[in-house]
Amino acid sequence: MSAHSVTEPSPASKWIAGILVGLYAVITLIPLIWIISTSFKSGPDSISYPPKVVFEPTLEGYVNLFTTQSRPSAEDLAKLPAPTTWYDKITRERGMIISGPSRFGQRFLNSVIIGFGSTFLSIFLGTLAAFAFSRFKVPLKDDLLFFILSTRMMPPIAVAIPIYLMFRQLGLSDTHLGMILLYTAVNLSLSVWLLKGFIDEIPREYEEAALIDGYTRFQAFYKVVLPQAATGIASTAIFCLIFAWNEYAFAVLLTSGNAQTAPPFIPTILSVGGGIDWPAVAAAATLFLLPVIIFTVLLRKHLLRGITFGAVRK
Amino acid sequence: MTDTPADRLARATPQPVARRIRGLSDRAIAWIFVAPTIFLLLSVNIFPLIWTIRLSFTNFAANKPNAEVKWVGLRNYTRILTDADTWANMQTTAHFLIWTITFQVLIGFSLAWLINRKFKGNDLVTTLIVIPMMLSPAVVGNFWTFLYQPQIGLVNYAVEFLTGIPADSFSMLGPGGWARWAIVIVDTWMWTPFVMLICLAGLRSIPDYIYEAAEVDRASKWRQFWTITLPMALPFLMLAVLFRGIENFRMFDLVVLLTGGGPGDETLLASIDLKREAFEKWRTGYSSAYAIVLFVTVFGLASIYVKALNKVKER
Repeated sequence: MSAHSVTEPSPASKWIAGILVGLYAVITLIPLIWIISTSFKSGPDSISYPPKVVFEPTLEGYVNLFTTQSRPSAEDLAKLPAPTTWYDKITRERGMIISGPSRFGQRFLNSVIIGFGSTFLSIFLGTLAAFAFSRFKVPLKDDLLFFILSTRMMPPIAVAIPIYLMFRQLGLSDTHLGMILLYTAVNLSLSVWLLKGFIDEIPREYEEAALIDGYTRFQAFYKVVLPQAATGIASTAIFCLIFAWNEYAFAVLLTSGNAQTAPPFIPTILSVGGGIDWPAVAAAATLFLLPVIIFTVLLRKHLLRGITFGAVRK
Repeated sequence: MTDTPADRLARATPQPVARRIRGLSDRAIAWIFVAPTIFLLLSVNIFPLIWTIRLSFTNFAANKPNAEVKWVGLRNYTRILTDADTWANMQTTAHFLIWTITFQVLIGFSLAWLINRKFKGNDLVTTLIVIPMMLSPAVVGNFWTFLYQPQIGLVNYAVEFLTGIPADSFSMLGPGGWARWAIVIVDTWMWTPFVMLICLAGLRSIPDYIYEAAEVDRASKWRQFWTITLPMALPFLMLAVLFRGIENFRMFDLVVLLTGGGPGDETLLASIDLKREAFEKWRTGYSSAYAIVLFVTVFGLASIYVKALNKVKER
């Protein structure tokens, strides 16, 4: 028996482990599959009992999500010209007409603007700070780093009260700029800690060689360090983006009409009748969650590092 | 400071030339790079925190900005600490914390232990399993209320299908005492992968030669698990518990969309209660004091825990 095979699990135990973990994966993904399938159901199909696994797919939920509709009287409906587009047709089949776009597109766009704006800022500031913490003697370095981390421990509601008052004073309530600054501040702890870890791993010799070649510190920073840290910066950026994208507590307390992001908006989607329009909610959730799922797959190598603020590097 | 070639070069160069070669001094660059971050954190985190502390000694109400603000001393604090409701909420929070962490540790560690058998396709399955924790808790929590619907939901249907208990005989989010378990289930569904990932890193950090030595000593697999695997993965497990503890103490989004604290006050976690006091009843002064109490609690518990964690690491 070779020394290595002692620690190698037996084929049988591998099979059992694979089946158990696979079973868990299937069960844990059912809610997500249910979101996606509900988004393609008609209203009645979505609330039928027993729950329908096989159904006729329709884009009704997506149409409802992006439009506002009204129900005209039967004779008014008969007088209308025939529907011209596919989404008109879907709506007309249920005796409704489209009266205009809904606010979902706007909310989604807000999520994109605030997400990317705050990610850009937190990466920009975070990279500078992380470089300084990694390469220079900064007075009280450990205290500052711990202070940066500790800002993440505060309950969001605890700081929300004065931020609400402060934003009201400064005219930042319900503005994109206000939310971008707020999310940047929240994400800075993550970006500084993660980026410092990534920059620490880049050998100093490259920069020193550049300095001897007559580069200034600035030039060495953006011509030598930045390209080396590109992967780390990209994965940190995705983590910041996902946080800002998912954030709910600040968004629901500090925004209402103008700068509201999608998470506080999605639970409020109602059908014309007034009940919750589950296919439309599911459609919104699908569109909203899909980018994150794709990013998660792209990020899988750095996932552990990101969620532990760089504490576990593997 | 380490003696780098650049430093040696700098020392050998006369001052004005050195300046021209290297631009600003290192210390100046360090400050320019760090200052914006510190400034932003001070203004969006520390300044509000100090403001909260100040408000906590007043009877200020944010919806009446023009009313006279009175200094009330420690009255807000004594009211919070003597109020029976506060303690009820703390118990609700404790129930949520203890059970979510217990389930997540048990399931997360078992999964990591199984995945560490390195069966074929384990990377792919791991990626699939971690998806829930990356999603928006608000959007997912909202959708879970649909899965929990007593008449039409998937959860009740599954229960009827598996156990025969009629689906419309109970409501996970309604009265009947299930709601506090409903939030535990969703949180466990969402965050078990987090614990799993950290445990997996812990298990993978154990070098093979230790197990080889144990085999030579003829230690049983069972004994190997209790004397090698578990103790060596423990610091990682404790780190995962720390993260989950802090996060779930501040928990807001997932639970607020699932139950909103209801039915009645059954799932009224401290942070949801705080939101009601601050933004529905507009008792700003009182809720500021409440926020400080919660923050001090988290910080205190976390520091004690980190001390314990460091002790385990030293062993």
